Amino acid sequence: MRETERGTRNEEAATARVGTEPEARASSSSVLGPRPASPHPGTVHSEKFSFWYGPKQALHDITLTMPARSITALIGPSGCGKSTFLRSINRLNALIIGARAEGRIRLDEEDIYAPGTDVVALRQRVGMVFQRWNPFPKSIYDNVAYGPRINDSPSRAALDEIVETSLRRAALWDEVKDRLRQSALRLSGGQQQRLCIARALANEPEVLLLDEPASALDPIATQRIEELLYELKQELTVVIVTHNLQQAARVSDYTAFFYLGRLVEADATNQIFTNPREDQTDAYITGRFG
Amino acid sequence: MSTPLVARPQVPPRRPRPSQSQRAFAERTQRTLWRRRLVNRVMVVILGTAAIVATLPLLFILFHLVKEGASAISLDFFTRMPKPVGEAGGGLANGIVGTLILVGVAAAIGLPIGVGAGLYLAENGRTRLANTVRFLSDVLNGLPSIVMGIFAWQFLVRPIGHFSALAGSVALAAMMIPMVTRTTEEMVRLVPVALREAALALGYTRWRTSLTVVLRTATAGIVTGALVAIARIAGETAPLLFTAFGNQFWSVRLSEPIAALPLQIFTYAVSPYDEWHALAWAGALVLIALVLLISLAARFATRARFGGMGD
Repeated sequence: MRETERGTRNEEAATARVGTEPEARASSSSVLGPRPASPHPGTVHSEKFSFWYGPKQALHDITLTMPARSITALIGPSGCGKSTFLRSINRLNALIIGARAEGRIRLDEEDIYAPGTDVVALRQRVGMVFQRWNPFPKSIYDNVAYGPRINDSPSRAALDEIVETSLRRAALWDEVKDRLRQSALRLSGGQQQRLCIARALANEPEVLLLDEPASALDPIATQRIEELLYELKQELTVVIVTHNLQQAARVSDYTAFFYLGRLVEADATNQIFTNPREDQTDAYITGRFG
Repeated sequence: MSTPLVARPQVPPRRPRPSQSQRAFAERTQRTLWRRRLVNRVMVVILGTAAIVATLPLLFILFHLVKEGASAISLDFFTRMPKPVGEAGGGLANGIVGTLILVGVAAAIGLPIGVGAGLYLAENGRTRLANTVRFLSDVLNGLPSIVMGIFAWQFLVRPIGHFSALAGSVALAAMMIPMVTRTTEEMVRLVPVALREAALALGYTRWRTSLTVVLRTATAGIVTGALVAIARIAGETAPLLFTAFGNQFWSVRLSEPIAALPLQIFTYAVSPYDEWHALAWAGALVLIALVLLISLAARFATRARFGGMGD
């Protein structure tokens, strides 16, 4: 498994992306000023991470760095382990009976698989958005307020503010501000997915995991989500699993290609899509298999 | 000017004649078609009759109850105590209130236990304990209700030394628990995994996820199940025979024997007095109205579930 030099490419890749279509990106709603720098940069780093579902090994020695303030895309054919890896970052996989992990995943300097890790606290720092949007059968407001309400019972006014801020960050505020008390299930699919993003953001996470967030959405809704991700990466670490290679190429700064539970290649997205080092990667991105 | 040498006969355009095999086919189709239609009619009649016969007992009972019992129903019936034999009038106030108390206390005991057990079974379905509990609760569900009465008599009436409303409620609760357990389990299992994961991913602990997201989403279904269970125990007589025992007088104390509608119906129906017979009919009518009402409420709760949550 190859370690790639991430730190130096970070700047490069980011400027390259902004350079390609700055107007389109800038036009998407940026209602918030720059956020104050978080004390936790939120870099996720896995070292020789392996994962088993019972006797079946799903991940083999994954070593990968997902830098803060950038988007890392995990690509690969179905069953290659990219979703398993994503769900390992907030330990949602640990719920499955018989699941077992080896190796380490670090969030900044903390090993999240160390014994005694507070999984609840971890999941507040690492938000997640699922393939199929899954708002609670409650009002829009209650959906967003769900995390903050339970995790640090804020006052009413503070809660109102968190809800508004989160909805603005998810670029949904203008569409729903007049009907916050309506059922979330009445929104369109794309809106529900952005609501799920807002719900995750309300916890003020450092890392946002997205498991094929746009695979069930139409192209317009997909574009909105992608623009949103671009905004969000200014503030947090974004890791996205996608089957859509164009999407990976469009939104991500770094791309990691998984195959049969192994990390085949990880590099800056430009590099992966224009000049991959491995033949398997080349075959996959050019559509010769997978 | 030319006339044809031979006049052409005017022949109408000929239809192609059906071949031998075509004719045979048509004939066969006609025959089988006729037979299929006949079979269809016969089956519709048989099944339709079965459907009507299935509802006939209810219609018959309702008709008979209204005919015999409606005349005895008045305000007095709900507010007065039974009169001694020979005096006209009087009501079953003690029985109505007694049934409400019995069922209320039984629900207060049975619902939390049943819902809790069902939630446990749904969330920890594969453990050995869960399998045992599930099996036992199925057995309990099929147990004759008189056995529940004997159980309560053995464990509450005998040690205390006398019949009591509490013993009756415990017997009814014991009937209710397995029903509520199994419906709760089914309903909780219907809650999508995605919702559970959403809550966990927001930093909810497991028990909090169960209690807030999972149980709340399943609430409408659980309420329906609970109402059905309540409707069933409301009409039970056997478990009350030697627990609540019945009471000719006014009593709302849990430690005393208490009147119950089904018991009163039984006592009055087997008595030799006409006035009591009338009261028994009226009591049965009220009981069935109560059960119908609860069933309607259950249907309403179910509809709310499928209609989404609204606001």
